[in-house]
Amino acid sequence: MKWILVGIIAICNTLGDVLNTAGMKRQGEVEDLRPQSLLRMAVRIFRNPLVMGGLLSLAVSFFALLSLLSIATVSFAVPATAVSYLLETLLAKYILKEDVRWRRWTAAVLVAGGVALLQW
Amino acid sequence: MKAQTPLEVHKTRMLTLLVIATNVVGNIFLSRGMHQVGEIVSPSPLDYLDALANPWVIAGVCILVIWMLSDLALLSRADLSFVLPVTASAYVLIAIAGHFLLGDRISWERWLGIVIITIGVILAEETPARTTNGSPEKMP
Repeated sequence: MKWILVGIIAICNTLGDVLNTAGMKRQGEVEDLRPQSLLRMAVRIFRNPLVMGGLLSLAVSFFALLSLLSIATVSFAVPATAVSYLLETLLAKYILKEDVRWRRWTAAVLVAGGVALLQW
Repeated sequence: MKAQTPLEVHKTRMLTLLVIATNVVGNIFLSRGMHQVGEIVSPSPLDYLDALANPWVIAGVCILVIWMLSDLALLSRADLSFVLPVTASAYVLIAIAGHFLLGDRISWERWLGIVIITIGVILAEETPARTTNGSPEKMP
C-alpha cells in the first residue's frame, strides 16, 4: 500500500505540474505582478481545462501524501518527491518541448538528491 | 526561442522571488500554527478543519493561496524545467528559517542537502527562463 501511494504521489504531482505549465502557456503570459493581474488570471483559470485538470491532479497527490504520512514516516515520501523532479524534467523536454541541456539536467539531479538529504 | 528584453527578465525574476517568499513564509506560518494546534493524524479531511480556527494557520493558508497563484503566473512566463529547480531554493530557506525561528535541528546530512540544492539552483538560474515559443496557439 505504501509503495502504491508513493507511485500515486509521484505520477499525480508530475501530471499536475505538466498540465499546469501547458495550460498557463496557452492562456498567455501574466504581464505584471499587480494583485488585479493575478486575480484576472485566477478567474480565467476556471475556464482552462488543462489547469483545472492540473490542480485536480495536485489535489489527489496532496491527499495521497496525507494518507502516506498517516501510515509511514516522512522519509517514505522522499522517493516520490525526488522521482517527480526527474520525471517532470523528462516530460518538460519531450512533451513541453523545452530546451533542457546539461545545466538543467544537473540542476534537476542535484535538487532531487538534495531534497532527499534534507528529509533524512 | 523567444527574445527576452531586460524588463521581461526582471519581471520573471521578481515573480520567481514572490513564489519563493510566499512558499517560505506560508509554510513557516502553517508550521507554527500546527504546532500550537497539536497533533492531528486522521484519514478524514474533516478532522483538519479544527486547525482552521488558528490565526497562524489561517494566515499560512492565505499566503499559500498567493503562492499557488504566483506559481501559475510564473509558469505562464517560464519553463517548467527552469521553475522546478529554481523554486527549490524554498526548501533551503524553509530549513534555515526553521532552524533559527522555530528551533529545528539541522543534521550534517541536511546541511549537505542545503549545499547540493543551492548548487542546483545556481546552475538552473544561469539558463534562460523561457526557451519555448511565445505564441500560445503553438503550445502542445
